[in-house]
Order: sequence, then structure tokens, then C-alpha cells
Amino acid sequence: MSNLLLALTAVILAPFAGALISGIDRKFTAWFQGRVGPPIYQPFLDIIKLLGKECMAVNSRQRICVMVYLISAMTTVFLFFLGSDLLLIFFILTIGAVAFVLGAMSAPSPFSQIGAQRELIQVLTYEPLILLSFAGFFLVTGSFSVSYIQTWDQPLLFNLPLIYIALGFALTIKLRKSPFDISASHHGHQEIVKGSLTDYSGPQLAFVEIAHWYEIVFILAVFSLFWSTSLAGMAILLFLTYFAEIVIDNITARSTWRWMVAYVWPAGLGMIIINYVFILSI
Amino acid sequence: MFKKFINKLTLTSRVGSPWMVHLDCGSCNGCDIETWACLTPVYDMERFGIINVGNPKHADIFLVTGTVNHRNKHVLANVYNQMPAPRVVVSIGSCSNSGGIFRECYNVLGGADKIIPVDIYVPGCPPKPESIIDGALQAVKMFKNANS
Repeated sequence: MSNLLLALTAVILAPFAGALISGIDRKFTAWFQGRVGPPIYQPFLDIIKLLGKECMAVNSRQRICVMVYLISAMTTVFLFFLGSDLLLIFFILTIGAVAFVLGAMSAPSPFSQIGAQRELIQVLTYEPLILLSFAGFFLVTGSFSVSYIQTWDQPLLFNLPLIYIALGFALTIKLRKSPFDISASHHGHQEIVKGSLTDYSGPQLAFVEIAHWYEIVFILAVFSLFWSTSLAGMAILLFLTYFAEIVIDNITARSTWRWMVAYVWPAGLGMIIINYVFILSI
Repeated sequence: MFKKFINKLTLTSRVGSPWMVHLDCGSCNGCDIETWACLTPVYDMERFGIINVGNPKHADIFLVTGTVNHRNKHVLANVYNQMPAPRVVVSIGSCSNSGGIFRECYNVLGGADKIIPVDIYVPGCPPKPESIIDGALQAVKMFKNANS
């Protein structure tokens, strides 16, 4: 019962946490670039403004895809805080990713189409890494259940250091941050305008953004499994992880999808396999 | 009461988060460079919540520079029509305001306001970044008068 309450609270609070994190992200980015930057509550203003704008959805399929993406992102957060199965969460995450790609593909705009194709390649790149990382949790603890993994008596980071790095790759791609922001260009760079987000506008864009905040919270929640023994250790690990993401976002240029596949697969899968050998040999 | 609160919240957020799209109707590049200078760390328009989005479907403010002629008037109207309401148009520089020194040319229409409704005119050839930011912020204030 308490788990259910926790999960419901998490679903309600997650967008606020995600918005605050992205506000802090923008402030840090501005600080790195020697600017003042927008206030930390800026993402809230953006979303309320977008929700109040005229609805110009290209077609009705796009609306369905946006809702599926949002609901699947909410479900992943809900199931995680419920202490559910990591594999189930992974499949629901995939449904959301596919719905997002379908939404971009439903519009005939070439920018949206290119963004959708690139998003598909991104999904192809990070999915095996996430799945094999979850298998790494299983190899150490003997369970896919989040609530069981959280009760493990020592931090999993000591057993899974390379999987932590590989998951870092996967989740940078999932967060669409540089150098892997190839499907939806982020800041000022407009080679593909806004990629898979080009044809979303007004409330639809707001829902996509809210779903993305849920994803940020989910990703940080997955990273929290690496140090679930103490709250302070977890907080420090999450701060360092996300700070590293922001730094990498700021110091790298956008890669091509060929580079992404050719680099992330060998490096990520290699690290995961070495970590497997390390676990199984103990 | 609740509706009033929502309306106020929406208006506040519109003023606090205007995203801009910039269209160059064939200017000499002077106004464009001054416009882009607003986004650099020196002037940092992002501290007012202004982001350059490059996609009319995400934008609230439409910045127009350069002379509007028979060839690009369709592009101008097209970009304007793709912006979801509420939207405001800021015309930057003499060419976009009135045609400037090209006003008498046979192909020049004489100002962006011949094609789309312009809300704010920023004078100058080219205008200073300070006045462009001022124009953008004046435009933002117009959201308060717009129907929600």
C-alpha cells in the first residue's frame, strides 16, 4: 500500500522535479557560456505558455501518438516507484519511444521525417545497452525487481562500474543531449530545424516536453539503483551523473548517426561484456 | 475565480517565455547580424526567456528583416501563417519597416506590413542590439492585450 502511495506521489511530483532539473540545466549551461541565463523556473513558464497556445496539430494520429508517449513515460515512473519489474518497465519505455517516432512520421514534413529516422536509429542504439545493463543488475542480485534490487546490502556501483558508464551512454542518447542530439537539435543549431519535434506545436509540444521530464526522472531513478544503500550517497551520485551530462552536453558538438552507432555499440557493449565477465568470475 | 487565475498564469508565462523565429527577406545582413548579436553572451536575450527556435510552429515572436519583394512575400506570409496564435510581429530595420533606400525599386513592395500585420517597428539601418531587444520586449507586452 505504501508503495502504491509512493508511486502515485512520484507520478504527480515527477514533472515538477523534471522541470526544475531542466531549469538548473539551463542555468548551468548559461554559466558555462558566461551568460546570466533564464531563471530556474523558466521551464514552467514555457510549458504553461505552450499549453495556452492555439492547437495546430497536423493530424489526429499525432495527438494519439503524443498521448501514448506521455502515458508510457508516466507509467515507467509509476512502475519504477512501485518497485516493479525492470523488464516490464523497459518494454513500456519502448512503446513510448516507438509512439514518439510514429508521431513524427505521421507528418509529411521532410524535417520531421529525417528526425523520425534518426530517432529510430537512436532507439536502435540505446535499447540493447539498456536491456543488457538491466541483465547486469540481474547477474549481481538475481532479480529484475526494482524493490528487490533496492534492498541489496552494498552499492551496486562497486560491482557494475562499467555498466554504469555504458548506461550513461545510453541515457545521454535517451535525453537527446550532445553529442547525441541528432534527432531533435537542441539549442541554436538548426540543421534539421527541430527534427522529430518540428511538427509539434502548442499543447502537443507541451505534452512531449512533460513526457520528457518524466523520462529525466525515470533515468535518474535508474541511476539511483547504483547506490541505493544510503540516501546521501544516492543524491551525490545522481548530482555527479547529471552534472557530467550537462558538461558533456556543453563541450561536445553533435555527432552523426554513423559515428554514434560505430562508437556507442562497440564501446558500450564491450564495457558491458567485460563487466559480465568480471561479475561471473567472482 | 479559478478561470481568472488560469488566465493570469497564462499571460504571465507568455510574457516570460517568448520564443522567436527570424526571417531574413533578403537584407544586406546588417540587421541579421545585429539580431543574432542579441543572442550572444554580450546581450543574452535568453535571460528574458527568449529562445531562437528556427521553427515558426514553436514561435511567438516573428522578427522580420530586409526588403519584402514579389518573390519572398509568399514565404513571409507562409511563415506567419504557420505560427500558432497568439503571435506578434517585429519589423527590424528601415528595409523591413518601409522599404528603406530600396523603396522605389520596381520589385520592392515597401515594408513587411504590406503583407502581414506588423506590431512593432524597430527603426535604424541597422538598429542597435539594445533597440532590437527593446522591440522584442515591447512586443512581449502586447500579449497582455491579446485575447487568450
